[in-house]
Amino acid sequence: MSTHVSESESEAQAGTDQQTTDRPAAQQRRLEKKRARNEQRDQASDSTETDGQTVHLKVFRYDPEVKDKQEPRFDDFHVPSKKGMTVLDGLIYSRDHYDSSLTFRHSCRQAICGSDALFINGSQRLGCQTQIDDLDQPVRVEPLPHQEVVKDLVVDMEHFYDQMDTVEPYFQEEDLPSGLEEQRQDRENREKIKMSTRCIWCGACMSSCNIAAGGNYLGPAAINKAYRFVMDEREGEDLKQQRLETIEEEQGVWRCQTQFSCTNVCPKDIPLTEHIQELKREAVKSNLKFW
Amino acid sequence: MTLYEHDVIVVGAGGAGLRAAIAANEEGADVALVTKLHPVRSHTGAAEGGINAALRDGDSWEDHAYDTMKGSDYLGDAPAVETLCQDSPEETIQLEHWGMAFSREDDGRVSQRPFGGLSFPRTTYAGAETGHHLLHTMYEQVVKRGIQVYDEQYVMDLAVTDHEDPEDRVCQGCIGYDIKTGQLNGFIANNGVVIATGGPGQMYAHTTNAVAQTGDGQAMAYRAGVPLQDMEFVQFHPTTLPSTGVLISEGVRGEGGILYNSNGERFMFEYGYANNDGELASRDVVARAEVTEVNEGRGYENDAVHLDMRHLGEERITDRLENIIHLATDFEGVDPLEEPMPVKPGQHYAMGGIETDENGETCIDGLYAAGECACVSVHGANRLGGNALPELIVFGARAGRHAASEDGADAQIETGSSARTETADVDVPTELGRVETGSEDAVADGGELHSGSPKEVVNRALERQQERVETLMETDGINHADVRSDLQETMTENVNVFRNEAGLKQALKDIRACRERYQEVGVSDPSRTFNTDLMHTIETRNLIDQAEVLTLGALARTEFRGAHWRQSHQERKDEEWLKHTMVAWNDGAPELYYTDVILEGESKEYEPKVRSY
Ligand SMILES: Cc1cc2nc3c(=O)[nH]c(=O)nc-3n(C[C@H](O)[C@H](O)[C@H](O)COP(=O)(O)OP(=O)(O)OC[C@H]3O[C@@H](n4cnc5c(N)ncnc54)[C@H](O)[C@@H]3O)c2cc1C
Ligand code: SF4
Ligand code: FES
Repeated sequence: MSTHVSESESEAQAGTDQQTTDRPAAQQRRLEKKRARNEQRDQASDSTETDGQTVHLKVFRYDPEVKDKQEPRFDDFHVPSKKGMTVLDGLIYSRDHYDSSLTFRHSCRQAICGSDALFINGSQRLGCQTQIDDLDQPVRVEPLPHQEVVKDLVVDMEHFYDQMDTVEPYFQEEDLPSGLEEQRQDRENREKIKMSTRCIWCGACMSSCNIAAGGNYLGPAAINKAYRFVMDEREGEDLKQQRLETIEEEQGVWRCQTQFSCTNVCPKDIPLTEHIQELKREAVKSNLKFW
Repeated sequence: MTLYEHDVIVVGAGGAGLRAAIAANEEGADVALVTKLHPVRSHTGAAEGGINAALRDGDSWEDHAYDTMKGSDYLGDAPAVETLCQDSPEETIQLEHWGMAFSREDDGRVSQRPFGGLSFPRTTYAGAETGHHLLHTMYEQVVKRGIQVYDEQYVMDLAVTDHEDPEDRVCQGCIGYDIKTGQLNGFIANNGVVIATGGPGQMYAHTTNAVAQTGDGQAMAYRAGVPLQDMEFVQFHPTTLPSTGVLISEGVRGEGGILYNSNGERFMFEYGYANNDGELASRDVVARAEVTEVNEGRGYENDAVHLDMRHLGEERITDRLENIIHLATDFEGVDPLEEPMPVKPGQHYAMGGIETDENGETCIDGLYAAGECACVSVHGANRLGGNALPELIVFGARAGRHAASEDGADAQIETGSSARTETADVDVPTELGRVETGSEDAVADGGELHSGSPKEVVNRALERQQERVETLMETDGINHADVRSDLQETMTENVNVFRNEAGLKQALKDIRACRERYQEVGVSDPSRTFNTDLMHTIETRNLIDQAEVLTLGALARTEFRGAHWRQSHQERKDEEWLKHTMVAWNDGAPELYYTDVILEGESKEYEPKVRSY
């Protein structure tokens, strides 16, 4: 039951520079009709479930193409509450029962695909990993800050992927043993890189970082990815030097001001700030230039 | 509308798709990955337990093959099973060479653990998040090689020529819908299309599968003329969390986790379900045991039993199963270091799928499939835990290689209707297949064949899909989600762990009703930007087709084999049922036939034996 309360909050970081597409008049009319029908459905659902057994979501809406969504707004959804319900469950329910145009990424429902990182009650979290019970209501759901909004809760991830690419995010072996022989790796070394390999590319850390906002700073996720390879003993010394040089460049580790925001939001508990600090130390040890 | 052209188009970028793309690239082909999710979001990332590979002294690929044939309840094809077991060690070590962060032994070699139905602890793993590491490692290799990725590109249809006999048809490419912009694109494949779109778990309400697991590839191949094989064999995983379906890895039982009923009894032994192997019996056996316990009043609320791993000790749990602590805490609110976890069976894996040979090729020229969407068949009636990940890399690589270059060994498994040995007639309670509306506006149709040069075939398919999208966008219809939830409900109610004739017939009727209602769906989101409403609407059509094939096969199979349990048919009937179920689209009228199981391997014949655990 969404009552479309428009709050028009302009603090929202929506990329409003896109144009509305022109549509032929007939099509426009059909679409108007559909919209009217949607509203009817919303109102119908509004009147049925209004006892206290609902949770209240306030969800950010924006669509560059749809006239009444070009101005960012918040919609209210009241969803029947259920034990164990997550924010993602609430969004899915809202979409499937009240407004099928509500748009967000999601897939695994178990904190492993990294697609539903959102800004929930003022902090970056995975929708599927966040129990509604643990939150104050109304639950405010917004797209990740500092990334361009594509539509509703979907943000553009290109910048994040580009930063990842910068650190050459792939294993580059030295001397491979032949045939069925594996490379040996100490248990301790595997333990050392373990946390860094858990990243699910959700983008929460980048979004929470002041320095990454707007700028070209590699950001915690990409640096953590570099850490994963720098610390892996199976890659040789030369490569390690090269990798350290990359992350030491102007947009690299020295930009980090150890604010811990990335570490605080990472849904995989990766000690990002610590990893960045450790790489700074490694860089100093290897006598690289200091920006 | 844009046309793209590549040698090989791989649809889907999970484990199978990524491996296929790397293999095709290594053969020198210009390959592109087209995927509806960004590659690292694929569901392979959710796999927990491990990869089976005979790597150690005392183990051999022959033993792995024997276990797999037995686990399959003798419905696996020996040439496929032997290929799996022979290639798996090399493919697994290949992952290690690509830097995958496997768990390690004291001597620095990769660790292995015991898994259900295995005669040797041959499951290689990376903590309880093996799939995550495998997926990321392979994506890294794709980036390293500069392989082109079209992500958030939803493939709606295959572009296949219109020859009458599917075996004469050629696949020329596919049609993608760019989710970000709403634009439709044609992809021309000069050498071949590899489908690697994963499983169809969303047919069921309670599943370990991601929301994206809608079996699009299976449905598209089916409508293009490739039969779907053994779809009635659905694996229900015995340990999923009751409220969400999130999986608790078999690794927990592999490490010594114990199942209890509400009397505190270790029921696997006390009630004699598996006196030898207890909790480590094969999945079908454990799943049935749990449901029986619940049905007989010895379960916990939520239809669950308890899985306890506290006695393993915090150190061992943190070392090998740490992920499980997080999953149980986040998704069920239970701290497994302090209390047992409630678990129940949930849909987990599709043993059946697109019929292929050992090279991943289907009966349509230039069309390949690999991974969970395919059925080679290595899992037969029941998949052993840890056998799906090796399937992705072994058959992903083979499909990619063969799509890139025609040469290579001939396959021993025959596909298509020439492999047919028997036509079946089964009493169905309702009309099946395409709904004849007589109206131009019918929105349901998703597949059509086209003629002409490759470019023309792709262009026609493109136009056809453009029309379909326009119609869906302009129809003032019902929400697909209503249809999808009806489908999930009847499948969960009637085509689950326990099955009977009346229930299966009811399911077919309900599926028909869903199909008819689907004719009235419309997409209410008017936007071209990231229109997930449109994508989910198309997916729902795919689920309907597959649910029908699955249920039809299950109704016809009047025996009890592997994961397929039938009331009133409580035995495996080898005389009559040692055969594969095939369902072909046949222009909209599902046609059921059978092919022989191949029990003859490289050097020996696998003699069906009673499966005891
Ligand atoms: C929770 C869980 C745990 C598991 N644990 C294990 C284990 O321990 N060991 C084991 O061996 N097996 C395990 N399995 C099984 C195994 O993980 C899966 O069978 C396997 O990962 C499937 O891989 P895939 O590459 O075939 O498909 P997926 O990884 O599902 O990838 C499908 C790809 O296809 C794309 N796609 C789908 N539809 C379209 C479309 N229409 N257009 C474009 N792209 C599309 C998706 O974007 C995705 O990239 C587990 C499965 C689950 C669900
Ligand atoms: S480091 Fe953590 S927060 Fe950042 S992308 Fe990876 S998983 Fe997300
Ligand atoms: S849906 Fe996959 S991380 Fe939340």
